[in-house]
Amino acid sequence: MAETLRVENLRTSFLTKWGEVTAVDDVSFSVDAGEILGIVGESGSGKTVTGFSILGLIDPPGRIKGGRILFQDEDLVGLPENRMREYRGKRIAMVFQDPMMTLNPVLRIDTQLIESVLAHDKVDRVTARQRARDALGQVGIPSPDERLASYPHQFSGGMRQRVAIAMALLHRPALIVADEPTTALDVTIQGQILFEVQKLCKESRTALIWISHDLSVVAGLADRVAVMYAGKLVEQGSVDDVLDRPMHPYTSGLIGSLPSNNIRGQPLRQIPGMTPSLLNLSAGCAFRTRCPRADAACLESPPVSVPASGREVRCAHPLVGGGS
Amino acid sequence: MIIYVARRLAQALLVVFAMTLIVFLGVNVIGSPVDILISPDCNQACYQASLKALGLDLPLHQQYLVFLKNAVTGDLGKSFAIGVPALPLIVERMPATLELALSAMFLAIVIGIPLGMWAGLKPDSVAGKTIMGGSILGFSLPTFWVGLMLIMVFAVYLGVLPSTGRGETVQVFGVRLSILTLDGLAHLILPAVNLALYKISLVIRLTRAGVRETITQDYVKFARARGLKARRVILVHVLKNIMIPVVTVVGLELGNVIAFSVVSETIFSWPGMGKLLIDSLRLLDRPVVVAYLMITVLMFVVINLIVDVLYTALDPRIRLQGAAI
Ligand SMILES: Nc1ncnc2c1ncn2[C@@H]1O[C@H](COP(=O)(O)OP(=O)(O)O)[C@@H](O)[C@H]1O
Ligand code: SF4
Ligand SMILES: [Mg+2]
Repeated sequence: MAETLRVENLRTSFLTKWGEVTAVDDVSFSVDAGEILGIVGESGSGKTVTGFSILGLIDPPGRIKGGRILFQDEDLVGLPENRMREYRGKRIAMVFQDPMMTLNPVLRIDTQLIESVLAHDKVDRVTARQRARDALGQVGIPSPDERLASYPHQFSGGMRQRVAIAMALLHRPALIVADEPTTALDVTIQGQILFEVQKLCKESRTALIWISHDLSVVAGLADRVAVMYAGKLVEQGSVDDVLDRPMHPYTSGLIGSLPSNNIRGQPLRQIPGMTPSLLNLSAGCAFRTRCPRADAACLESPPVSVPASGREVRCAHPLVGGGS
Repeated sequence: MIIYVARRLAQALLVVFAMTLIVFLGVNVIGSPVDILISPDCNQACYQASLKALGLDLPLHQQYLVFLKNAVTGDLGKSFAIGVPALPLIVERMPATLELALSAMFLAIVIGIPLGMWAGLKPDSVAGKTIMGGSILGFSLPTFWVGLMLIMVFAVYLGVLPSTGRGETVQVFGVRLSILTLDGLAHLILPAVNLALYKISLVIRLTRAGVRETITQDYVKFARARGLKARRVILVHVLKNIMIPVVTVVGLELGNVIAFSVVSETIFSWPGMGKLLIDSLRLLDRPVVVAYLMITVLMFVVINLIVDVLYTALDPRIRLQGAAI
């Protein structure tokens, strides 16, 4: 499979008045054309910052401090803004988390779709409008011709997210970064959108990074999964491998707390403790205060082991061959 | 929408009525104009005759009713001082004031919005900080002092701009305008700048705050993620959103500028309503003062109404709700 994106040792940090926050630390992964990579992690683990880093949308006080982002073999880190703009929306598209906020409230849908077309293609307005309408139809918006003249507030949340997805698909990008696009939607609509996006990406062989805090969503959608904790990728591999044989204690805890793995009527099993602050993290494993396997070795930076190709775990005492 | 406008009109009428009461009582407290108007050697009989001639011998509530009755027909009384109807006197001065006020507002917008955007987009740059510092000056320096300084520097010291009067005017649809002649424009510049200074600062701060808030919004980041050029993101996505508060405030300030032009008009002897008001106040020329205040109130009310309608036109979210009422 052709590799669309390879991220190597990405480090992105924010300089706040309390100190430097390394939101993404030594993160490496890759996505192939037509592949769906799920990135899972709890809120604040650095998923969104990873996505913005890929699109070159990290604004001050944030900065990419190190690593490479190879998109079709070209390193995007340090690319000048005008070159980066040519990639955004054209070859790499992004869908944001909250559909209520991503469309400009004072501009009509057609204005926003047409400007997206014209940002990258020199076509006349009639053609641009045609493409805008087709894109709306493609994501399942009924009577797209009439809906074009609407304002965002005239759409439901699910419909707005479809519009945002239509914008992402406009230029048939090679890579789409979808940042929790269904989190704000109710379950039925979430299911529909997941199904349609999966179909569209497979058909057009688009590489898709699907970010979510919900492991069960990723389990049903992705080919491979990467688990983030406190800015670091702690485990990755194929969905089946990771779900059936988690190697990192955090992944194992996540799987254990899925509703389907719990007995009805009993409280959900949860990972004890809280996410550490990213401010001035010490060298050792950030999970050690919550980890049942932690010992003195975990005060050092845990090693990354690669038990099989495409399978990685960052832990001093990985679980071998099955759950906890 | 029609119901909405009708309701606003009814409110406006109520406001105007309430103002007649306040204005009428207010000017009565100032003092009796007769004391100023009569000659020093006037005796008691002559004094009473003067009172009667001006309609001031009646009890206050009757004076008010007479005033109200006449006001409904558009008659706000005759000037005590020169004996001509007060309303036309004011209306005749209105174009000069409106010309000054609108020019000031125009300056506030074309200078304030770009500077405010710059300060909002580059808050830590030298230019951004200078703009904000300047706006503080614009806020705190008193208008009359700035006016005098402008005259000192540009009229007296440099001698490049005239300091008094309207200059040459031309008639457009029966209205005299300065702005269309070179001489008139030269006369307009200093008073307009003087009047605009405070408003420029206001627009700068408003625009800057709007930009600061808007650029953190998801839809701006999403616009960038779609690959739009920075120019379009700023000039369309950001600007269109900040126009809502800016238009609202600028619109509401227009009434304020008209009222505040009193100061600039006096300093620059600009022959508008404000200067007439000051002259009339000196003479306790009640009908003119009342007519001025009534006209100002009416203008405020009309402007507010227009701003409300504009606001709904700019913000599609409100537009829809309005239609639903
Ligand atoms: N603009 C910013 N300024 C300072 N810190 C930030 C900023 N954006 C993100 N961060 C830091 O990065 C961490 C990860 O954020 P994020 O990627 O949004 O998490 P996730 O998407 O996984 O919920 C946050 O906890 C925060 O500490
Ligand atoms: S490195 Fe240690 S503390 Fe961290 S997850 Fe592995 S066992 Fe637990
Ligand atoms: Mg996020």
